[in-house]
Amino acid sequence: MLDLTFEPPKPKVISGAKQDWELVIGMEVHAQVSTRAKLFSGASTQFGAEPNSNVAFVDAGMPGMLPVINEECVAQAVRTGLGLKAEINLMSAFDRKNYFYPDLPQGYQISQLYHPIVGEGEVLVELGTDKDGTHRARRVRIERIHLEQDAGKSIHDMDPAMSFVDLNRTGVALMEIVSRPDIRSPEEAAAYIAKLRQIMLYLGTCDGNMQNGNLRADVNVSICQPGQYEKYMETQDFSHLGTRCEIKNMNSMRFIQQAIMVEAERQIRIVEGGGQVEQETRLYDPDKGETRSMRSKEEAHDYRYFPDPDLLPLEIEQAWVDDIAAGLPELPDAKKARFMGDFGLADYDASVLTADLASAAYFEEVAKGRDGKTAANWVINELFGRLNRDEKSITDSPVSPAQLGGIIDLIAKGDISGKIAKDLFEIVYTEGGDPAQIVEERGMKQVTDTGAIEKAVDEIIAANPAQVEKAKENPKLAGWFVGQVMKATGGKANPKAVNEIVAKKLAG
Amino acid sequence: MSDLNKLGLAEARDALRKGETTSVALTEACLSEIDGAGALNAFVHNTPDLALEQAKAADARMSADAPSLNGLPLGIKDLFCTKGVASQAASRILEGFKPQYESTVTQNLFDAGAVMLGKLNMDEFAMGSSNETSVYGDAVNPWKIDDRKLTPGGSSGGSAAAVAADLCLAATGTDTGGSIRQPAALTGITGIKPTYGRCSRWGIIAFASSLDQAGPMTKSVRDAAIMLEAMCGHDPKDSTSVDLAVPDFEAALTGDIKGKKIGIPREYRMDGMPQEIEDLWAKGREMMQDAGAELVDISLPHTKYALPTYYVIAPAEASSNLARYDGVRFGHRAKLDQGDGITEMYEKTRAEGFGDEVQRRVMVGTYVLSAGFYDAYYNRARKVRTLIKKDFEDVFAQGIDGILTPATPSAAFGLGEMADADPVQMYLNDVFTVTVNLAGLPGISVPAGLDANGLPLGLQLIGRPWEESDLLNLAYALEDRAGFVAKPSKWW
Repeated sequence: MLDLTFEPPKPKVISGAKQDWELVIGMEVHAQVSTRAKLFSGASTQFGAEPNSNVAFVDAGMPGMLPVINEECVAQAVRTGLGLKAEINLMSAFDRKNYFYPDLPQGYQISQLYHPIVGEGEVLVELGTDKDGTHRARRVRIERIHLEQDAGKSIHDMDPAMSFVDLNRTGVALMEIVSRPDIRSPEEAAAYIAKLRQIMLYLGTCDGNMQNGNLRADVNVSICQPGQYEKYMETQDFSHLGTRCEIKNMNSMRFIQQAIMVEAERQIRIVEGGGQVEQETRLYDPDKGETRSMRSKEEAHDYRYFPDPDLLPLEIEQAWVDDIAAGLPELPDAKKARFMGDFGLADYDASVLTADLASAAYFEEVAKGRDGKTAANWVINELFGRLNRDEKSITDSPVSPAQLGGIIDLIAKGDISGKIAKDLFEIVYTEGGDPAQIVEERGMKQVTDTGAIEKAVDEIIAANPAQVEKAKENPKLAGWFVGQVMKATGGKANPKAVNEIVAKKLAG
Repeated sequence: MSDLNKLGLAEARDALRKGETTSVALTEACLSEIDGAGALNAFVHNTPDLALEQAKAADARMSADAPSLNGLPLGIKDLFCTKGVASQAASRILEGFKPQYESTVTQNLFDAGAVMLGKLNMDEFAMGSSNETSVYGDAVNPWKIDDRKLTPGGSSGGSAAAVAADLCLAATGTDTGGSIRQPAALTGITGIKPTYGRCSRWGIIAFASSLDQAGPMTKSVRDAAIMLEAMCGHDPKDSTSVDLAVPDFEAALTGDIKGKKIGIPREYRMDGMPQEIEDLWAKGREMMQDAGAELVDISLPHTKYALPTYYVIAPAEASSNLARYDGVRFGHRAKLDQGDGITEMYEKTRAEGFGDEVQRRVMVGTYVLSAGFYDAYYNRARKVRTLIKKDFEDVFAQGIDGILTPATPSAAFGLGEMADADPVQMYLNDVFTVTVNLAGLPGISVPAGLDANGLPLGLQLIGRPWEESDLLNLAYALEDRAGFVAKPSKWW
């Protein structure tokens, strides 16, 4: 198994005008559930449809219409909970969160305030290795995951006088994944979301598309004096921490990190100036690089949550949960541990190869029956490097695992040198074809016939007596002869054999 | 046959099957009565073309084994969404709203061959006990004292008036706190609210979701059995609809109630209750005894908390259910002034669109759900509701088969007479009926006598959950003993 010894990373320390401050961050991640239909209606969830075309009567809040839970959404939430090693609540319930907005046709959002479907879990957020070899990782505690409806979209910039509403997204299922305030730096915040995203992509429960808003986060930021956080962790008493502000609706890793810093600095200025941070909801403006108040605590909505009388409590059976658990794929942490254990990969390489399922699957196919480290090197350095240059993803790779495996086999057999292999890779990448056949047809096979190499060495020695004299005095110059031989053989001579023969001849 | 409109469902069904009349004739008779009954203001949207089309189709498929309601003309409460037909819950805010869908209950009725004559008046969003909160104006009780116009009760006042005045053979009602049983009692007809979950709520404009149930309002218990059977059944579109087989309710009407234990709850003997209500209840007890039932004094100790509990829970749910009437997508939208934004649109639309009683309840509901008040009101009310439910469970566990109570604390009162009264005075009309909604039980109101002024009075029977068959049979025996045949004399 993976060597799980790690140290938590140091919290981000920001030097204020008067003293140092530490960051405390908690997140509410909204992940759109991957399902064909909405949480409480049969309307499609497909992105990019004509405005107001994926709308059932209940989504539009038509009189007398009633919600009916979509079982697949529940299964996806359970799957996500299991993936986060969380407690699954066999009994949960839906509540109404009441507020008025044109893109909320019912006048309430159906959510789960009092009894969420998923309880406490955790996410291991890895943050790399220090120079001294110490692994850094943070266990971020998950407080809960609940299911809720997404709202529609208000469009204010199409007409100077009117606003438009698109209800396609109204009622689409979201999972709100609520963390404890265990995140201590902007980098950790980004790494946390990346890890959640990775896990959900493995599980197939969220497509992780941040640009479309299918994965977005509300980020709670507060500052505290060094030492206070430890007191909070001991007691779980929030009074040891500063007042938090919530930055709403962030859907870019970069902006999340910027917003956290900007917000922390704002809070430090207030506190050091003798003021008090007010609990409020804020928005990040990336153009101006500032957060702005959206509504203060006094202006905060009173959502008048109460149990939705249209829906019975959601009861699920342990056997159903067990079935889902039995069908879970291998998750990133386990896969990485296996890659390190079975293939002897380094931590970094294993992380890169397990970053997404397609890469991991590709690697495994290449590594099957071959040397794992060699396979990892080829996949990461050659293949990923080449794909990156073309801005292609692994799923669009023109080189199949079988082809890449074939190239590695040719090296292992000694048929081609590592250098020729790179040329061969480029040919396979651009032109396709069977590597062994290409090597055969294009005469790329390495010359291991010592007679032929000896002949070439003799010719070069004979043609360059002055160089021979110099090389006899300084053996380092033997490399020049090796190079000449390689050139003469079109790079096909086995470099190891050339080295040996050159050394022998010069000595003789 | 003459006076076809005066027939009940069972009689008309039998006549149709025997070929003694046609659905078109029945329908035309009703349509003609409706035309002459404008003074009752019972029907508010007439659908004669649809009715005749449905009647012709029913006649075409008429046979001995035609569906149970084949060709029978009904009135439909305005709370039911009926496809392509105005459905506005008697509210200005739903002005012009014609649903693109048919409620499950009305669809079930149509599938059973029923004919829809039109939509019936009611209190706005079913909030009221006198049909005086309707945007269409008051519905008027066909029963009258001299020149005094009386309320038909509410909220299903239009349904009650229409059935009592023979404008239709029967009508749908809905009952959140007594809205079927109270108007049935005040107009001398039968009305049953089935167990919560029997009838699908899909397509019925919601008032208080955990309390609302549809039910039939008819001229007899047999008719109620026939129509209820057609209305109810499991509906996957309503998560609170129960997946239980629907019994043959009519077949349960044997009239044999020997040995049945009828509970008489002492808490329903209220201070200041009129003597004639007390007397009617005593007569009812005798009738049940006479039919072979055994009377048992029972206690439902939390009864006195029912009305306040109801008036926390129902407005709370209503405040949320009515949030969708915002002027954005359908119904009324206020004319806006220059510079008005979304908040002004909401405020003006809802101020113009909702009447006073609806506004009062939305505000009460909003208040009891607010931060800081939620536990003191809403949550407390939920707990009391559980206790009220347990009161009933306890007596049923003791072997009680049904509970006999008055249906209303008085006979019909004059329209406008409560206008200046404290709203709570109006709410007291539901004092005997709300417990049944809070406990989710079936309850039926049966006309059982006349008061000193000659106005009808009703008795209520409350049954065990899901045992509407037994309840209907108890009511059938009561109806038989009561022998109520009085009809209002036609003045309209």
